[in-house]
Amino acid sequence: MNIKTTGEVITVYLSGEIDHHLAKGMREEIDKAIEYGMPSLLILDFSDVTFMDSSGIGLVMGRYRLLQKTGATLNLVNLPENIFKIMKLAGIERLASLEKRS
Amino acid sequence: MQTNKFSLTIPSKSSNESFARVTVAAFVTQLDPTVEEISDIKTSVSEAVTNCNIHAYPDSIGKVYISGEILEDKTVRIKIRDRGRGIEDVKKAMEPLYTTGGEERAGLGFAVMESMMDKIKVTSKPGKGTTITLIKKINDKENAK
Repeated sequence: MNIKTTGEVITVYLSGEIDHHLAKGMREEIDKAIEYGMPSLLILDFSDVTFMDSSGIGLVMGRYRLLQKTGATLNLVNLPENIFKIMKLAGIERLASLEKRS
Repeated sequence: MQTNKFSLTIPSKSSNESFARVTVAAFVTQLDPTVEEISDIKTSVSEAVTNCNIHAYPDSIGKVYISGEILEDKTVRIKIRDRGRGIEDVKKAMEPLYTTGGEERAGLGFAVMESMMDKIKVTSKPGKGTTITLIKKINDKENAK
């Protein structure tokens, strides 16, 4: 996982598998970046994510709640088809903009 | 008629979630599934095993029993069983967004399993444990999009 901060935008390049076991470490790193960076926009990039279950939905919902405190926006980009399906099932499009992997 | 089967017992460690879903996916491979079908099975098994790790054995490491059977008509039946604390109200536990797992859990595990499998069955006895049965027909071209 890589995190890039440019001005008020933080981009998190997620990678590998997102399950209950691995989500905790990701969450801690992302939250640290949000706390220090105070972004107006957080972009979660799913290009290199190979697997995700509902732990990933929890990860997205939790970050959304954190960003809400400062009114910041959340974008999910480069979602693989199967992960897009899970996001839609969870109704995440009501919280964040979703963009499929092209 | 049952044509093939496996069973596996693993401790309820979160690091085993990946091992469990990959093992079940490998077993299903003999039915020549599509990429989407394999993805659906991996995700559903991951949800069920994660439930055991978080809810069945919240404060200890218990055993998770996983079995798979190939039934006739290219149908696979997967059972994930624990001897953990059980679910008081199965209907409530299956409601989308309902969770007792805290803020970082979406409460969507059963909703994900239901949407990805053809059939799921949950039986539970408080104090005795829970069994989740997942059934999916593989490579059903008529239903494939």
